[in-house]
Amino acid sequence: MRKGLFSGIFLGLALLAGPAAADDPGIIRLGAAVSLTGKYSSNGAFTRKGYDLAVEKINAAGGVTVAGKPYLLQIIYYDDESTPARGAQLVERLIQQDKVQFVLGPYSSGLTEAIAPVTEKYGVPMVEANGAAISLFRKNYRYLFAVLSTTDEYLRGAIDIAARLSGDPSKLRVAMAFENDPFSQDVRDGVLADMKRHGMKVVVDDKLPPELNDMSATLSKVKALRPDLLLISGHDKGASLAIRQMADQRVNVPMLALTHCDSARIAENFGPAAEYALCAAQWASTLTYEDDLFGSASDYARLYEETYGEVAPYQAAESSAAVQVYADAFARAKSLDPEDVRQALTETAMMTFYGRIEFDETGKNVAKPMVLFQVQDGKYVVVYPEEFAEAKIRWPTPPWGER
Amino acid sequence: MLDNLLLFVQFPPLAVDVVVNGLLIGAIFALAAYGMALVWGVLNIVNVVQGELVVLGGYVTFLLVQWGMPPLIGVPVSALVMFGVGWVLYRAIVFRVVDKDIFISILATFGLAILIQQLANLSFGADVRSVDAGLGSLHFLDGMVTVAWVKLIAFALALVAGASLWFFLRHARLGQAIRATAQNPRAARILGIDTGRVYAATYALNAALCGAAGSLAVMAWTIHPYMGLPYTVRSFMVVVVAGVGNVGAVVAAGLGLGALENVAGFVLGTEFQIAFVFALMVTILVWRHLRAARRREHLK
Repeated sequence: MRKGLFSGIFLGLALLAGPAAADDPGIIRLGAAVSLTGKYSSNGAFTRKGYDLAVEKINAAGGVTVAGKPYLLQIIYYDDESTPARGAQLVERLIQQDKVQFVLGPYSSGLTEAIAPVTEKYGVPMVEANGAAISLFRKNYRYLFAVLSTTDEYLRGAIDIAARLSGDPSKLRVAMAFENDPFSQDVRDGVLADMKRHGMKVVVDDKLPPELNDMSATLSKVKALRPDLLLISGHDKGASLAIRQMADQRVNVPMLALTHCDSARIAENFGPAAEYALCAAQWASTLTYEDDLFGSASDYARLYEETYGEVAPYQAAESSAAVQVYADAFARAKSLDPEDVRQALTETAMMTFYGRIEFDETGKNVAKPMVLFQVQDGKYVVVYPEEFAEAKIRWPTPPWGER
Repeated sequence: MLDNLLLFVQFPPLAVDVVVNGLLIGAIFALAAYGMALVWGVLNIVNVVQGELVVLGGYVTFLLVQWGMPPLIGVPVSALVMFGVGWVLYRAIVFRVVDKDIFISILATFGLAILIQQLANLSFGADVRSVDAGLGSLHFLDGMVTVAWVKLIAFALALVAGASLWFFLRHARLGQAIRATAQNPRAARILGIDTGRVYAATYALNAALCGAAGSLAVMAWTIHPYMGLPYTVRSFMVVVVAGVGNVGAVVAAGLGLGALENVAGFVLGTEFQIAFVFALMVTILVWRHLRAARRREHLK
């Protein structure tokens, strides 16, 4: 409240000062409810760091020029405690009390799903970087824009690779274990469509419970049926459990593809057991994308590491890109009216260190592919798509006895 | 589902693998369930914070390994540390709800569970943690049956802990005091037993058992701040089926639950795993109720 009051006075003074202060930069306030506590707190922190880094960089470069007047960016944060209801409540507060006209997304699809109806209700644009559920983009939201690839794209690369390596994709047998939550089920829908197209056969199709703490039933099945490809999605715990238990139970599959293995840090935590695993990721620091603000993807990674003392995760990179999208839209809209900015957002076509960003009519970014890492000698190496690949994929995975 | 059943029947080694792994999972559930049975029986408390105590035990072992200690040392050290934690928790909070309405104890320990979750998140982060026991696995029947050493150790430990607990409750002075207090706290107090101390010791003992279970869980699987619930739910189910006063039944129910859960996960699919076990629990309770009713009828 007090914060709002002060900013109000500040803005009032700025207005009173009028033309005399035309060169003083104005402030564009963005609002974000991010998980700083609760179960998404690590990824929530990455999201915030990503936003902050982009704001610092943009402000240091003189801010954004809107219709000839310079503006600095400022973000008002609230902690959504990783609870969707709280997130929606806080965004309502941002719009109603703090008078924020532009919202940055929270972490996770679940929270984005809770917040989108609110921003929609008030006609406030939300550029989000961490809600990938395809279901978000089937609801005809007008004010929602996402810089990241959607969930159905996550493991499609693995199907593509498997199909190409095998020679005859219709002979491939696939085992799937996907958590019974919207995210992983979307991932499943995406791969199922591709598998159908290739004529692949599904031999295991397990839905893992959200309170997952053991996967041995599924892995025993995989051991008996010997599929050519095993796909697993279940957030950090699913990736960690899969690696741990596949090593313990000596489950041999020629190709294993997972989601979330970089955030679960499988290479660091499980050493040799994680070798050969393919991991879906939104972004990698070795990709050859570039922009004027951050430079190349690796420049961004370096800056992030210097600033925060940790390796840049893709969650931070995409969050930074979301702020860049706003800055670009403000400049092109030549106005700070939410409706004009929304129009500018729909016309976004830009290259960033994070990848190309172009929104389709549903608001999702259709210009950037997912990448696949492979754990090779303890490092995450990009192996797909081939034009950005650092190394060739190691395939097939040798059986445990020979590793 | 039919395919899975067929696979299960046609492929005996696979069936063995599923059942054996289930039994080994059950051993860790049993370990956590002893404590719950003890606390329920003696303090008349449904300890909803059980799973969080397991998770804390896991974090103790995780920290020890970070500091360069061998993972297996974690089992006794976690038990010891958690004994202390249990004692403190009792003295600080739990003593207020002993012998009160069961609903109050559920609420209080539920609050405690949330507090511990958030504290664990604050100190260790929301990341998934795991410890490599470095022991490898045993293989039988051309690799079709695999048994991780750490789960085997968990199994042995669960049996040893069960036997020691039984022996302790029968023969040790404190054990006898615990049983006396469980039977009739007022009479125990009149006979000179310091029931406050007995309660504290019981609660601490429960935490120690959870600590050992957590230490094994972090080696066999993974832990994170919000994964206490599955352990609480399983302990609860084991105790409900086994009854509060019977160590042997807790072992049997724990192992049975693990094995059945794994078989159900295999045949019905993992999404029905817990539903199946719940249905089974309800069936057992209904059957017991009917049997008791018949007996009462008989006595009339």
